[in-house]
Amino acid sequence: MNQEKMTSSSSLTILYDTIRWEEKALYEAAKKKGVHVTNVDCKNLFIDLNKKNSEFSKKTIIQRCVSYFKSLHSTAALEGLGAYVINSLHTATLCGNKLFTHMVLQNAGIETPKAVSAFSEESALLALEDLGYPAVIKPTIGSWGRLIALLRDKDAARAIVEDRAHMFPLYHIYYFEEFINRPPRDIRAIIVGDRVVAAIYRYSGSDSWKTNMALGGHAEACPVTNEMEDICLKAASAVGGNIVGVDLMEKEQDGLIVHEINNTTEFKNTVKVTGVDVPGLMIDYTLSLGKK
Amino acid sequence: MAKCPECDAEIRIPADSIEGEIVTCPDCGASYELLKTEAGFEIKPAQVVGEDWGQ
Repeated sequence: MNQEKMTSSSSLTILYDTIRWEEKALYEAAKKKGVHVTNVDCKNLFIDLNKKNSEFSKKTIIQRCVSYFKSLHSTAALEGLGAYVINSLHTATLCGNKLFTHMVLQNAGIETPKAVSAFSEESALLALEDLGYPAVIKPTIGSWGRLIALLRDKDAARAIVEDRAHMFPLYHIYYFEEFINRPPRDIRAIIVGDRVVAAIYRYSGSDSWKTNMALGGHAEACPVTNEMEDICLKAASAVGGNIVGVDLMEKEQDGLIVHEINNTTEFKNTVKVTGVDVPGLMIDYTLSLGKK
Repeated sequence: MAKCPECDAEIRIPADSIEGEIVTCPDCGASYELLKTEAGFEIKPAQVVGEDWGQ
């Protein structure tokens, strides 16, 4: 049994752990369209993983947990019980891990930053010699720029790698990317189904090279070019994503490259600067899938 | 209206609020999650960031 029931008449469920602007906008968009929408707090949920004919079976659920691990595991449970979760466990697994994302992008022929991985302090430093400096260390799982550091030389690398050795084992999986020379911005494109519905430039905040909106900075509307659309749709397809945010950088000389795909993408700033009704489009798309 | 447990200030709860939404105390900045009860909304301390939060 689950504490917070998903009633049989619900046609759409939004699973959340925190109601941000995005979750409220989705809820209001669904209500405006006359959809019977149920908000379910993942924190109040408990799920019988062995139940046959689960109440979750055949439910259409938009996964919106901001906690990656809550999102991943609740998706696994609900999808396993027969729910249709957007995005799928497969997509969440690939998007949530930068190394996994890198491999699928590369295999799909999509330009992405050069990267190396290593599994000990010693091999991490050797890997960096191979990649060259400056380089960027990123946790394989993480968001909002946390624990991402620019390594300008071997001394900086040694200090950071040594610190990571004292952290949770996840941080002993060393993942380094080449530092990309680019304008002080990146691009977040929102993909809903087979369309890039909007895109924004995300400018770095003052004194920061990172462009995560959670760290400050500002957004501006970005035109969606044919090239960008082609890359983004290929990237979304590579991870099997229904509704994703694709992050791109404008690499000097080489053009657009994809560095991240977000499976529970934020879109507040996109709506704010482009005026595109992203939540409405997400609801329409989700309902169209439920009818198939 | 709710009273901030930290600083006793009044926290306004907008009419279109929904359960689970976060409200912030205008005086001390503490964040609270809205809980729906029969009497209306109550507040409880909210988690404002987690190690695995993002996107």
